[in-house]
Amino acid sequence: MTTELAPGRTDAAPPPRSPGRAAFRLAVPTVSGVVRPRLVAVCLGLAVAAFLAFSVETAVGDISLPLTDVMRALVGAGDPGTELIVRELRLPRALAGLLVGVAFGVSGALLQTVTLNPLASPDMIGITQGAGTAVVAGIVLGWDAGLSTQALGLLGALTAAVLVYVLAWRRGTTGYRIVLVGVGVAWICTSATDYLLARGQRFQAQAALGWLVGNLNGRTWQQITPLAVTLALLLPAALLLGRLTRTLQLGEDVARGLGTRVQAVRVAVLLISVGLAAFGAAAAGPVAFVALAAPQVAQRLAGTSFPPPLTAGLTGAVMVLVSDLIARKLVPDTELPVGIVTGVLGAPVLLWLLVRANRAGSGG
Amino acid sequence: MGTSAVRAAKGPRAVLLLALCGAALLALCALSMAFGARDVPLGQVWHTLLGQPPDARIDDVIWSVRLPRTALGLATGAALGLSGALMQALTRNPLADPGILGVSAGAAFAVVLAVGVLGIGTVHGYVWFAFAGAFAASVLVYLLGGLGRSGTTPVKLALAGVAVTSLLFSLTSAVALTDPDALNRYRFWSAGSLANQDDEVLLRVLPFLVVGAVLALACAPGLNSLALGDDVAKSLGLRLGLVRVQGVVAVTLLTGGAVAVIGPVVFVGLVVPHIVRVLLQAAGVGPDHRWLLPLSAVLAPCLLLAADIAGRLIARPTEIQAGILVAFIGGPFFIAMVRRRRLAEH
Repeated sequence: MTTELAPGRTDAAPPPRSPGRAAFRLAVPTVSGVVRPRLVAVCLGLAVAAFLAFSVETAVGDISLPLTDVMRALVGAGDPGTELIVRELRLPRALAGLLVGVAFGVSGALLQTVTLNPLASPDMIGITQGAGTAVVAGIVLGWDAGLSTQALGLLGALTAAVLVYVLAWRRGTTGYRIVLVGVGVAWICTSATDYLLARGQRFQAQAALGWLVGNLNGRTWQQITPLAVTLALLLPAALLLGRLTRTLQLGEDVARGLGTRVQAVRVAVLLISVGLAAFGAAAAGPVAFVALAAPQVAQRLAGTSFPPPLTAGLTGAVMVLVSDLIARKLVPDTELPVGIVTGVLGAPVLLWLLVRANRAGSGG
Repeated sequence: MGTSAVRAAKGPRAVLLLALCGAALLALCALSMAFGARDVPLGQVWHTLLGQPPDARIDDVIWSVRLPRTALGLATGAALGLSGALMQALTRNPLADPGILGVSAGAAFAVVLAVGVLGIGTVHGYVWFAFAGAFAASVLVYLLGGLGRSGTTPVKLALAGVAVTSLLFSLTSAVALTDPDALNRYRFWSAGSLANQDDEVLLRVLPFLVVGAVLALACAPGLNSLALGDDVAKSLGLRLGLVRVQGVVAVTLLTGGAVAVIGPVVFVGLVVPHIVRVLLQAAGVGPDHRWLLPLSAVLAPCLLLAADIAGRLIARPTEIQAGILVAFIGGPFFIAMVRRRRLAEH
């Protein structure tokens, strides 16, 4: 993997300018950093797109509502009927899509940065597979007595994450070892899931597969609140730590020389990434491809050499919301799971960006 | 790149390693012939193979069940091991396995289509669909990975593979979720099994596997140069494009053939090359692809056969699919290995 130096790092010299990569250095001591117009513009654009998709998501359904009525209902000024539909039915679904997208996007960006591997995502290192095994076991073996699907998913994801970390620990960890151990755990979990799918009844297999691709049907506040709390706690930490992870791109020794506490940063970033993925998967299942693709798409949109966490989160939100809209509208009378559409939609976008970024000469 | 003197010292140790793995494989083949719903003592197996069966039932079991099954494990295991090693070298990514190039996903999608849309329900019928799907998907990945100015790079190839895999997985799920028959076939095929495949299926796919293996082994010296990076490889006179095309064709033939018959057993291709690298390092040979590829081809069927035998023994009188036990045997072993050694970091 080539590691490009992001222009305009914190040294005293003015940042080198390269075409298309303008950067301004903030001189205010307390908020020193670099503002990149392209990154800001991309983030704003994505935020607008996410907001639009979110609004449309609350407006369409069996009864389509005008956007103005939806807005009024959201702030509590609409008529009771509209408010009921919007607040109890539409809003949870739209919010779930938004939050899950952000969680997977940020989670993937952090993981890809800390492991220096563009293929690393929570789908790759066993976290979502752990959730999958637990949920499918619940459906097929009837282990879900007293436990909801999301509790099982969370339990499975966290168990897998702890397992990966404990097994990868040997006088410290490296990104490389975590990824390889994670792949091992992921495949063990996948096999267990395959076994359960083959063992179960047809209707159980169908229910399990529906969950395994990621689904926003019938979300309620009960599923959203835990994810919202997690995001509120972990997102600020993720954005702060995102800056520190960039020095890891230069290699461990250089990062240490620049004063980064490599091991501590790695542990913190992994914990945050795992937490976001686990709660995301618990809320909507492992919505296929978002954690892997959103960071890569964000990186190419922003023109950076690493996946920027906030941009990746917004990209994830747009991916999930737009996909869910298509999933609901594409086939009449059937609600396709959103994960089917994220894969079908996300893949061409990623491919197009891969090709285009290369044509522009900024590498693949 | 060692001098010839150094190479001469390494040669015998690598040959010894290959011989040891070969011996392990022979032993597993013997066990695979002996164990099953009805155990046959090794002596009787031997006599049956020589044409002096102790009784007609043993003769029948050995020739029509155990031997084809063992041969299937040998051939598909070797194919998966080779293509895994090749894939990791081509994409320069230790996470790469035949699943990543879209091969397995292409096969899976074709199987679901054959069952769900065309109503084809037998292995005989859908083996060609699986093969065609594998082929189409990997050609697509390679073309997409090669679009743009600088052509194919390892990262682009791997990302294109993951993107196409995800696309196909989504489409597969869509068909499987709307068609219960397709889902039913799919979930048994995707668990990966050596059982109940008649020998004709293997014979039909075997030519493709052989051609793939020859192409793969011919790539080995080029892969050694490729490991040093594109620029160095080019300056050493390597024709990058040629090696990549040859490699991708080999991966397609090997994985496509294996996956079509036994289902997407991907763990073998991912793990075995890592294990072989550790063994080579321990033997002081280093990551030389001229040894890595043949050793992977010998060790991978060991893992597959061991899993198949274990699956027969654990769940008697039924059995657990080999593809599932591969992960349960290979997974912990792989993790232990990752922990114990400093793997050669890329």
